[in-house]
Amino acid sequence: MGRRVRVLVAKPGLDGHDRGAKVVAMALRDAGFEVIYTGLHRSVDQIVATAIQEDVDVIGLSILSGAHLPLTRKLLRKLDQLGVRGEKVVVVGGAIPPEDVEALLGMGVEQVFPTGTSLGQIIAWFRRRFQSTVNQEV
Amino acid sequence: MSGLSPGYAEWLRQVSKSPPAPVTNPSGLPIELLYTPESVGNRPYEESIGYPGQYPYTRGIYPTMYRGRLWTMRQYAGFGTAEDTNARFRFLLEQGQTGLSVALDLPTQMGYDSDDPEVEEEVGRVGVAIDTLHDMEVLFRGIALDRISTSFTINGTAAIILAMYLAVAEKQGVPSDRVTGTIQNDILKEYVARGTWIYPPGPSIRLIVDTIEFCCRHVPRFNPISVAGAHFRDAGGTAIQELAYTLADAITYVQACVDRGLPVDAVAPRISFFFYTHMNIFEEVAKYRAGRRLWARIMRERFGARDPRSWMFRVGCVAGGSSLTVQQPLNNIVRVAYEALASVLGGVQSMFTAAYDEALALPTEESAELALRTQQILAYETGVADTIDPLGGSYYVETLTNQMEAAVEQEIARIEQMGGMVRCIEQGIIQREIAQSAYRYQQEVEAGERVIVGVNRFVRAEEPRLQLYTPDPEILTRQKQRLQWVKSQRDAREVARALSALRDAARGTENLMPYLLQAVKAYCTIGEINQVLVDVFGRFREPVTI
Repeated sequence: MGRRVRVLVAKPGLDGHDRGAKVVAMALRDAGFEVIYTGLHRSVDQIVATAIQEDVDVIGLSILSGAHLPLTRKLLRKLDQLGVRGEKVVVVGGAIPPEDVEALLGMGVEQVFPTGTSLGQIIAWFRRRFQSTVNQEV
Repeated sequence: MSGLSPGYAEWLRQVSKSPPAPVTNPSGLPIELLYTPESVGNRPYEESIGYPGQYPYTRGIYPTMYRGRLWTMRQYAGFGTAEDTNARFRFLLEQGQTGLSVALDLPTQMGYDSDDPEVEEEVGRVGVAIDTLHDMEVLFRGIALDRISTSFTINGTAAIILAMYLAVAEKQGVPSDRVTGTIQNDILKEYVARGTWIYPPGPSIRLIVDTIEFCCRHVPRFNPISVAGAHFRDAGGTAIQELAYTLADAITYVQACVDRGLPVDAVAPRISFFFYTHMNIFEEVAKYRAGRRLWARIMRERFGARDPRSWMFRVGCVAGGSSLTVQQPLNNIVRVAYEALASVLGGVQSMFTAAYDEALALPTEESAELALRTQQILAYETGVADTIDPLGGSYYVETLTNQMEAAVEQEIARIEQMGGMVRCIEQGIIQREIAQSAYRYQQEVEAGERVIVGVNRFVRAEEPRLQLYTPDPEILTRQKQRLQWVKSQRDAREVARALSALRDAARGTENLMPYLLQAVKAYCTIGEINQVLVDVFGRFREPVTI
């Protein structure tokens, strides 16, 4: 059986560039994932609360303001504090310079999708990552 | 059809042997293989195209255009603290830049102080941090405000930033009627794209009308609003959506001013526009030409404006934005150059050419200089500015201009049928349409239907690593220290008095600009002022739709 994989697409901080977040959300939805989009200007606390309440499998942060390192660190710390870090896969997308990709992976982010990553690549990654759990009718 | 000229009939016969695949431009308009005098139709020249500097301004808003005065080269810059940005401004002015354009950090744009723990990771990142009047004084140290025009990309907190700028001018001894510049001050597009909204549309529009009214009375050479289509475009909209939504926003603002009792001919000459120029050269040229004709007609026929300056579609633009790629970033130098060419062929009044590394990070000093040189080469070496509207009369460009005009008019009518721009935004309709366009575009790129060199064609396995701008990690500490210092120096009673007067005025209907001026002069912080307004106005609730 297995329920559909649930993904929270989140915009932390003050960054208002939501083109990427929305396009990725639409693409994942069309690929059969269940997608929740937070809207703009969410605090890390709000994002984590939504993630727990909606029981999502993945938190995808979209950040284009350059604040990806501190914001991601804050989110991971919050997940730790609440003891749910192990239950949530965290991925990050946006304007991420190559050296910061490594820094994010080092923190425990599972995958980074810098600007320029295609929808095809993102969907392929999600399919691979959740192969055993994705509902076959998808 | 009978009566075809023998040459045309022969051409048709040759083409029909192996007709090329159909082509549509990025707006979705079908593009013919060839345009002829028949394509343009026989609308009278004087009426539909006319002369530059004359209604309906298809060929340009000024009689001499670039031969009289080149466009303004205005590079967007700002990062870190006010000292950092002041140094970059002075560098750009020494390099021959002719206007300043200030990038502000997100806390400033959203009304937070730099010491607010909720936002500290954003301080000084995408622009300069401004907490109090003191920061603004430092930002323009050594730059005489009667000698330079300054453009601020600021929306949610535009009225506060305007008050600070006017206060700095006053301190420099510059009379308010000699202050020139622009604040973007266009909140409607923020709800759809870019996202730096704070209050709901009603009070936001009131603040905008307050700034327009105040400038009309006291700062006659300052442009209190720049209606921006740019961000619709960068969020994924087509050129037609960009122009239609922008004009629909402008109609909303002009109507609000008229409702306040301002004469349309006092307001309209102070309005300017702001767009992105993307890669399809002729679509962009047609967009600017159609925009001039549409705006002239809207102002004259719909609003009854009598002053020709009210009919003029004054345009600033950006070459770059989402048309730039992270893959093979040096290719962006070429893209920006073509877009700059299209902008000038379209007759814009000012231009920002983006740096090739913009898709990756803030520009370095080197990439920022190259971006400025791109427009200087265009202006001084290519001859493109030698004659007015050099593409005017092209069968293709005139036809496309007519088609764009018709499509945009239709789109504006559709928005009005749905209750106008504010209603469409509150219901999330425009947001959804832009997101759908962005999604469609991305799918076309990934399917290879739209070719982007280095992205889906001529791809290289290994990407070169660029030397990128790296932010100074000490920015936050320095900015917080300065804010502390300002707070320790100011008169606390003065601060409390100014904020309380602002609160009372915000509850009523008076123009808030005098109260904002009083508050910034008392060194109230942007966070304190914004909090008063949020208390009275509330916050916008975003209709979240995907």
